[in-house]
Amino acid sequence: MPPLHDLLLLGVILTNFWVLGTTRLSATIRATAVQGLLLGMLPLALHPAWSLHTIGLGLGTILIKAMVIPMFLSRAIREASVRREIEPLIGFTASLCLGAVAVALSFGIAQRLPLPEANSGLVVPVALATVIVGLLVLTTRNKALTQVVGYLILENGIYVFGLSQVERVPFLVELGVLLDIFVGVFIMGIVVFHINREFDSIDSTRLTALRDE
Amino acid sequence: MTLFVLILLPAGAALLAYAQRSAPLRSVWLIGAAAVHLALVGRLWWHPAESALGGWLAVDALGMIVLTLVSVLFFLVALYAVEFLRSGTPRGGRGFVACLLGFLAAASLVALSHHLALLWVGMETTTLALAPLVYHRHDARSLEAVWKYLVLSSVGIGLALLGTFFLAASQTVGRPLVMEDLIAHAGSLQPGLLRGAFVFLLVGYGTKMGLAPLHAWKPDTYGEAPGLVGGLMAGALTSCAFLGLLRITQVSMAAGLAPFIQPLFLGFGILSLLVAAAFMIGQLDLKRLLAYSSVEHMGLLVLGLGLGGLGAYGSVLHAFNNGLTKGLMFLAVSNVAVATGSTQAGTARGLLRRLPVSGVLLLVGLFAVTGSPPFGLFVSEFTLLRAAIGGGHPWIAVSMVALLAIIFVGMARPLLGMLFDPETNPEPPVREPLLLVAGPVALAVVVLVLGVYIPGPLQRLLGQAARALGGLAP
Repeated sequence: MPPLHDLLLLGVILTNFWVLGTTRLSATIRATAVQGLLLGMLPLALHPAWSLHTIGLGLGTILIKAMVIPMFLSRAIREASVRREIEPLIGFTASLCLGAVAVALSFGIAQRLPLPEANSGLVVPVALATVIVGLLVLTTRNKALTQVVGYLILENGIYVFGLSQVERVPFLVELGVLLDIFVGVFIMGIVVFHINREFDSIDSTRLTALRDE
Repeated sequence: MTLFVLILLPAGAALLAYAQRSAPLRSVWLIGAAAVHLALVGRLWWHPAESALGGWLAVDALGMIVLTLVSVLFFLVALYAVEFLRSGTPRGGRGFVACLLGFLAAASLVALSHHLALLWVGMETTTLALAPLVYHRHDARSLEAVWKYLVLSSVGIGLALLGTFFLAASQTVGRPLVMEDLIAHAGSLQPGLLRGAFVFLLVGYGTKMGLAPLHAWKPDTYGEAPGLVGGLMAGALTSCAFLGLLRITQVSMAAGLAPFIQPLFLGFGILSLLVAAAFMIGQLDLKRLLAYSSVEHMGLLVLGLGLGGLGAYGSVLHAFNNGLTKGLMFLAVSNVAVATGSTQAGTARGLLRRLPVSGVLLLVGLFAVTGSPPFGLFVSEFTLLRAAIGGGHPWIAVSMVALLAIIFVGMARPLLGMLFDPETNPEPPVREPLLLVAGPVALAVVVLVLGVYIPGPLQRLLGQAARALGGLAP
């Protein structure tokens, strides 16, 4: 039986693939909620000597990433009444394959990165893979809402990396980071809502009025 | 204590302004907070404050230069905003004023942070505080602009956070991520991780500065945002992002990483100048033109860091001059937009006659922003040139001069046309409100003075800043 934190980290990878492989926006949001929940449990699993710091970080993460943000995004798609990502720039099979490449690449890079304090050998590769998947979703999907999810996944990857440094980054700062990400997603959500009203669609490909030849 | 007030006063004023339903009282909050902030910053020049929060908040030369720039610019923009919001704003100014003050609080946090994760929190907050202001007009074009701004800046700043964590991981002794300890124990930083940290922070904060090729959001955002917001972005926001880059430069130079970081800086610098020159030719919208001019100046800033030595001094001086000059230009262009409803070279004409004050300001600003004598930017650009020639980079000096000449032409052609071309149906000259011209006039005077004479205290501070970056003062 592998240790709990490794199971959680594998779960994070699986939720990445869930997002890459699904066409339904509601499923994408559900996947990020599950990922948020896993992330919230990670500090407690990685640092068995529970402290106010790890408990606070875990609870804050679950509250914001597994509950508030997914609820807010679900409301946004209800308002915009969109269900599916229809024509991504890269097909779903291809993006799943790219996701697999990202994971392999991340394990390769992580081997070269000497991180003495990581409690699990999986932290760094999973963090990097999640960052790459986030960038992939951001750049290959057309719906503004899916791009918000991509940004969220990117931030989740950075969060996983940050967990290897949890003793070094003070709680106050982590709270600030969480709050900033929440406000960022909140503003993006509002913009998505306005895009929908203005263009009758949340395709960010419609946003092409401004360019220099 | 002063340091806390500098951050918490504008933050508190932002909340009060948002709760305030009467527009004149909101303006009082805005001007009041900006004035007190400016006075406190002025006091810091003579009476240095003790560090606070266990060394997380402190004042040093680099932070002081950025803080002064932000405070001066913000005060003048605030004066402008009062009149701007009174005359024909499409929306109630509650959110507008609150966002402006929130930006001042966040920018002060960035300037005062000696803890790099805290600096990141401030930086992300500055991005978010200005986002609603880009969407001020509430139309399709500004919507597109704010979306690009939010997505690209957020991704950039996300990567900067990853870089910050890399830096924390590279540390073995000292308080984590506190500047003083990072520099004192720079030799013990793990070099592989430090390089990774530098690259991520360069890409992250470079996106926020708008270095080519990470500048895609810039022309759209500056083009669509109200002029005064563009001025804050091009003057203050980019300087905050540059400060983030200066912090990691300080650490990398102390760790002896100069051979790794300087070529990267030179590459980004020259590429930014190239992109700016290429896209300014044929550009007809004044605000977009200024956006590419901002790409150019950001390029010059990192070019100075890449040259090292005297270049570091030139770079910091250039940041100060550029911030003030961009404020001048954006406010003058904003007056054109207010009076004629357009900032396009084809539609707005005869400006020197129609806008007697702003027309002259634009003419002065044209020479100031392109680094012509006798303005401040000329002095700093000349310092950069000397650093390039003295440091054995003749080809950089040559390409810099050539690209700056192209940029001058790209900037001057549409602008001179707008100023001097006769209108098809001439309209009577506009009487410009005092508050709309006071700010840019003050900025024009300051950049002119800085081109002729740099006051002693500023000179000392610039010297300290250059030495902190491993460079030299003249």
